[in-house]
Amino acid sequence: MKYISRRDVLKGTAGLAVGAAIASPALVDAARAWAADMMWKPESGAELRLLRWKRFVQSEEEAFLAAVDAFTKATGVSVRIDSEGFEDLRPKAAVAANIGSGPDIIWGIHADAHLYPDAMMDVSDICDHLGSKYGGWYPIAEHYGKRGGKWINVPFTISGNYLNYRISQVKAAGFDKFPETTGDFMTMMQNLKKNGTPGAFALGNASGDGNCWTHWLLWSHGGKMVDKDDNVVINSPETVAALEYAAELGETFIPGAASWLDGHNNKAFLQGACSVTNNGISIYAAAVREGMTDIANDMDHAFFPIGPAGEPTEFHVCFPMMLYKHTKFPNAAKALVAWLMEKDQYDAFLQGSVGYLSHSLKAYQDHPVWTEDPKRLVFRDSALRSRSFAHEGSLGYAASSVFADFVVVNMIAEAATKSKTPKQAAEDAARRAERYYRV
Amino acid sequence: MTSIPSAQISHSISWQTRLLGNRNFLGLVFMVPAGAVLLVFLTYPLGLGIWLGLTDVKVGRPGMFVGLENYIWLFRDKVFWLSVYNTMLYTVVASIVKFAIGLWLAVLLNRHLPFKAFLRAIVLMPFIVPTVLSALAFWWIYDSQDSVISWILIEMGVLTETIDFLGQPDNARASVIAANIWRGIPFVAITLLAGLQTISPSLYEAATIDGASEWQRFRHITYPLLTPIIAVVMTFSVLFTFTDFQLIWVMTRGGPINATHLMATLSYQRAIIGGSLGEGAAIATAMIPFLLAAILFSYFGLQRRKWQQGGRDD
Repeated sequence: MKYISRRDVLKGTAGLAVGAAIASPALVDAARAWAADMMWKPESGAELRLLRWKRFVQSEEEAFLAAVDAFTKATGVSVRIDSEGFEDLRPKAAVAANIGSGPDIIWGIHADAHLYPDAMMDVSDICDHLGSKYGGWYPIAEHYGKRGGKWINVPFTISGNYLNYRISQVKAAGFDKFPETTGDFMTMMQNLKKNGTPGAFALGNASGDGNCWTHWLLWSHGGKMVDKDDNVVINSPETVAALEYAAELGETFIPGAASWLDGHNNKAFLQGACSVTNNGISIYAAAVREGMTDIANDMDHAFFPIGPAGEPTEFHVCFPMMLYKHTKFPNAAKALVAWLMEKDQYDAFLQGSVGYLSHSLKAYQDHPVWTEDPKRLVFRDSALRSRSFAHEGSLGYAASSVFADFVVVNMIAEAATKSKTPKQAAEDAARRAERYYRV
Repeated sequence: MTSIPSAQISHSISWQTRLLGNRNFLGLVFMVPAGAVLLVFLTYPLGLGIWLGLTDVKVGRPGMFVGLENYIWLFRDKVFWLSVYNTMLYTVVASIVKFAIGLWLAVLLNRHLPFKAFLRAIVLMPFIVPTVLSALAFWWIYDSQDSVISWILIEMGVLTETIDFLGQPDNARASVIAANIWRGIPFVAITLLAGLQTISPSLYEAATIDGASEWQRFRHITYPLLTPIIAVVMTFSVLFTFTDFQLIWVMTRGGPINATHLMATLSYQRAIIGGSLGEGAAIATAMIPFLLAAILFSYFGLQRRKWQQGGRDD
């Protein structure tokens, strides 16, 4: 029996903190070739600390770590990678901005860079370079990335959130193809309920799924929180129409959806107790991974239906790279992020993400990850079809606060559970939003 | 050789000796480390929190003094008042039930029972389990589809469909209060048990000889002698309940439609997740008067018993 010393254990666990992925020799060679004429020469002796959100899927993290490892070997810049859950990541990102020290790069969520733009490095050069090389950024990526004409963070990836449905049950409800309009969607949900195979959407304070579907519903009927000048216009006939729709839709839900947080619909769907819900690709990925072929074969994904607004009104979450001004090695930080978004690395990252994460640069539209499994296809268009949560106003404190306070989620939930009339719910939401949008 | 005037020596010695011999001065010196710790780790954060509540500071942006503006806006905020109502309901109901069941358990455990140590250990179980774990367990117990309670009742034929524990506002409030009670009983029970064991059996023997009934013995011996412990236990119990966060955060995130938002969870949601540090601090500061009232009530209402110092009760 091999004797394992305490030192072996320490060595082993120390490796885990940074990541176990080692770049292949080919990748290291590619990195060396890239580094030979890269635009940003890292400072000598540069060291970087990157804090990221905890991975959804191991293969994505492996691809990411391998690319970072190759970067280190080619440039000599050592990179320490830490990961945190979203909830802990955001306060840390804010503290780093407040005190001007901490990680050099934070791979964050939403539009936090717009809360402390002065702490962010100007990354216009990387974004312009990548944009011109890879077919340009999607408008939503530019919206999240830019402030006042300059890029303040790199919109690295978008996480798609779409409708997940059971093919056979939707067919039994009278639809061979998933409904494309809100009218048909309502009929389908009502038929599903009649057939004893209801669907449901999270109505609790679910920051991911809850926000995604409720914003879609509000926008699909032409309602919006604010206009272009950030005036609160939520209390409108369009919003009331969306809420009347929500009240009708709520009757078709599985009982208990009012308490659902982000994880409940995954569980119910995988148990076969839910025919339609909204989610990232994680339900499907789990069904494939766990060998639940009855579910995996009988499910697919669909775009959110188009409502009276007449155009896609989806909301998907952005995960940007935030480069902090306080870093001592700005060139090394820029070089790393630019390297991660170059073709080979980004291809491997998308491949490893198996549909969880979508591209923000148009050139990756043809990536095979989207077509090798047709059930991933809708996630390809996440960036193309997404609006920002600040729609139609600007990103910043007011938009982030209203979003974090679940104003839209609560409003839709109030209507869907009939605890308030649509009119009352819209009025209360306006009052809550005005507190944040006040001058 | 120069000689130092003897008067001067005696003067300096007596000054130091006098100072070091002064009990008040020494007491002050010995208190300095503890005082410094309290100041740095308790008073300063508390003061900073109160100050933040008077500013419009946001995450990542220094704020400016806005006076009572945060409080004025909160005063008009329905969600804030809902959280105040929820917190009061949560605290009052949970504390009363925890006290009643805790006292009852303590009295039971104070008797000579078989497997006494084992039973006492079991009672402590909910308290030993980390809050997040017990919250996750309740998450499952209250699940809208897979609740074990619903399942048992359906199997027994009592119900035909699952109970919507966390989906209806009133059900959700009752459910989170029940989870808090489950978690809080051991603290009350075990501490009161410790108090019960300090009561001399001779008092009960004397009372029995005088022909006192079981209720009279409880009312006139157990209860008065237990009062100081009850005061301490209930003060802490109220404080813990009032400031509860983890159970709610894991189980409901304050939902459905803010029906279970407590002041602590609302403060976190707005300050840390929403970035409005000033407003979050104001909500947290708004908890202080309620907490002070609870402490003062137990201090003056329950603890001011002169007989504890050998005097007569007033």
